[in-house]
Amino acid sequence: MTQPGPGQAWDEGGPERLYVITGGRSGSSAPTALDLVTLIVATSGPGPGMQPEQAAIVRLCQRPLSVAEISAYLGLPVSVVTVLLSDLLADQRVTSRPPVPPAKLPDIALIEAVIDGLQKL
Amino acid sequence: MDFRSSEPTVGPRSEDVLPETATAAVKVVIVGGFGVGKTTLVGSVSEIRPLTTEETMTQAGVGVDDTAGVERKSTTTVAMDFGRISINDELVLYLFGTPGQERFWFLWRGLFEGALGAVVLVDTRRLEVSFDVIGRLEERGVPFVVAVNSFPDAPEHPIEELRGALDLPASVPIVACDARSRASSRDVLMALMRYLQSLAATTEAS
Repeated sequence: MTQPGPGQAWDEGGPERLYVITGGRSGSSAPTALDLVTLIVATSGPGPGMQPEQAAIVRLCQRPLSVAEISAYLGLPVSVVTVLLSDLLADQRVTSRPPVPPAKLPDIALIEAVIDGLQKL
Repeated sequence: MDFRSSEPTVGPRSEDVLPETATAAVKVVIVGGFGVGKTTLVGSVSEIRPLTTEETMTQAGVGVDDTAGVERKSTTTVAMDFGRISINDELVLYLFGTPGQERFWFLWRGLFEGALGAVVLVDTRRLEVSFDVIGRLEERGVPFVVAVNSFPDAPEHPIEELRGALDLPASVPIVACDARSRASSRDVLMALMRYLQSLAATTEAS
């Protein structure tokens, strides 16, 4: 059996593995603008032949979950999650609920809703 | 570090699941130096145990990060803790604690875009850390309040003395807080919201 040479050992957490998961794409080329707090909801359960990471996302998102939470629960960098989500969105496996658009900020009604919510804490 | 991507059982506890009616989210960024209590504050008010999201910086980071002197390809992982507060059935507020160094802000694309505002968490023992943060938030036009986390051995500064030391305009609120206290941390967020409310009222009036 051939032993991997120095520096050639398979590193589970290394960038190469992430490269494989995303098919070589990086977050910057993802066509969909996803915010850390964009809420993702699955349209169905995981399908056969789905990539394990994508199936995991679909399982997680049976109820709304933010991009940041998906990243946290799967232990994957946000940029990788974003690429995976772009494919799932394109295939209509999930839908996204974008955050309140910045153009509308600061919106008094929104701020007041947050104040009301905080007061109940 | 390890990535646990293939474990099928990960996910929120049943009590942490958002209702189907959750349609929109907003975010507030808690900025501060290392050890100032960002995660403590987030944890005090969050309805979920704070989670950690991460990003990796590889060669793609060259150009935005100061990698002078770094010759071989390297990967740096930086983490950001965050929490969540359900405001009502539709609206969810996320709180992200981020280090003050600008290189982290580049890494977290869009962290400040669309954020309602920021809280600059200050440790009076290391006031100088806050200068850069405040300057950068002002440049980016991100509205913020300053919260002074009380540490037992920190020197007591009257608020107005701190305002002078941090060169803050009179309009920017400074509040004292105890990041370990839920009520105190909630009041910090409330101070930010009141400030945003006043900004919005001014904008509408003009």
